[in-house]
Amino acid sequence: MLKVFYCVLSRDITLALRRRTDVLTTLFFFIIVVSLFPLGVGSEREQLRMLGPGVVWVAALLASMLALERLFAADYDDGTLEQLLLTGQPLALLVLGKVVAHWLLTGLPLVLIAPLVAMQYHLSGTAIWVMMAALALGTPVLSLIGAIGAALTLGLRGGGILLSLLILPLYVPVLVYGAGAVSVSAIEIADTQPYFYLLSAFLMGSALLAPLAAAAALRISLE
Amino acid sequence: MTINWFKFASPAAFYPIAGRLIPWFSRVALALVLIGLFWGFFLTADQLGGSNPQKEYYRIIYVHVPAAWMSMWLYLVLAGWSAIGLVFNTRLSFMMAKAVAPTGAIFTFLALWTGALWGRPSWGTYWDWDPRLTSELLLFFLYIGYIALHSAIDDTRRADRAAALLAIVGLVMVPVIFLSINCPDPNQCAALHQRSDPGSIHLSILIPMLTMTLGLWSYSFAAVFARLRTIILTRESDNAWVRDVIAQETTA
Repeated sequence: MLKVFYCVLSRDITLALRRRTDVLTTLFFFIIVVSLFPLGVGSEREQLRMLGPGVVWVAALLASMLALERLFAADYDDGTLEQLLLTGQPLALLVLGKVVAHWLLTGLPLVLIAPLVAMQYHLSGTAIWVMMAALALGTPVLSLIGAIGAALTLGLRGGGILLSLLILPLYVPVLVYGAGAVSVSAIEIADTQPYFYLLSAFLMGSALLAPLAAAAALRISLE
Repeated sequence: MTINWFKFASPAAFYPIAGRLIPWFSRVALALVLIGLFWGFFLTADQLGGSNPQKEYYRIIYVHVPAAWMSMWLYLVLAGWSAIGLVFNTRLSFMMAKAVAPTGAIFTFLALWTGALWGRPSWGTYWDWDPRLTSELLLFFLYIGYIALHSAIDDTRRADRAAALLAIVGLVMVPVIFLSINCPDPNQCAALHQRSDPGSIHLSILIPMLTMTLGLWSYSFAAVFARLRTIILTRESDNAWVRDVIAQETTA
């Protein structure tokens, strides 16, 4: 079982590393969106410090959503996905492998670049650490939930826009508690604990349920 | 005696029944809505007491609250028929789910609209990020997502099943979404928790409100059945009985 998981994971990562621009596009999209806000709302330090957590999280939501389209699309186009369905291995496990690979390529870079964009918003040192931890817990949830939407919209025209309509409302809890943790850390660091409990709970729940739902969605889409 | 649970799961069997039920539900809906509105608008106190006294404009709750209740109830109905469709693979269940979605979305919109109209005199603004209004807005997005996904897929079978799965995923997420909106700061949840206990509403207000709710419920049956009949005719248009029905209705 683990072997299958590892096999899908390493295959997807190898493929992606041979086309590095895809990974970098998501990353630069994130940086550009975050950099645009101060140009729009003004560059006053206090104001930016207030807006920072929310802006970074919304940008992370959009970046991870844009990358989702590619989660199954290439495999769907060249028929690999059908072969995966026919392998006789548990489909949810294969989906989980693909999602983990997807997160390593699009979510993890966002976590690592977060300190840089946080500095644009004059966030304090503790806030930056909290933001990295919250993103590390929250972005996998985004990839997991998003996989369901990506599987449902497979091969549809205008799939990208449709995908955003389907899954952005489902991202709300992660956004609320992810950004909330960073905001609260500026006041009292101990208060961030319940936020992390909730984010961890979301991660556990979605890691358990989302691959099953995404596998069911793939079966529906490929019937 | 064995009961055939699936007798009316056949579109051909349900089509005439739905047709016969529509006039009754429409009449009941019209009567109950008229009674409820008249009662609520003219026969109840013109001022709401308590710590937050409100004048005439509070009467919008006779539309707002029933619409909000119906919008949430219809999402349950939508997800319920979707689940039944996925489990039993009955075509009519998916058609039912599809027929419910627009009515639910309309009630959600109505709740948001009346909420905004009530917010203007009482909060001084049309929109406030009040947890109840925000939850209703998210519910509206969920309805729109269902309708958009269904209409984006040309293949009926795939559209039905994909949208059904989305509705169920949405239903699982709804409690979490509402929790996060109602309690954005988990350190102070107990203080922020909103209490909407129907028992705390005065009877003279609750009864016209329930009358309105039953009226809107009845309307939902009529509207959903009417939409369902159109969906049945469109989808079953290859069958002989549909041709007979159309021949009858065009000659009559």
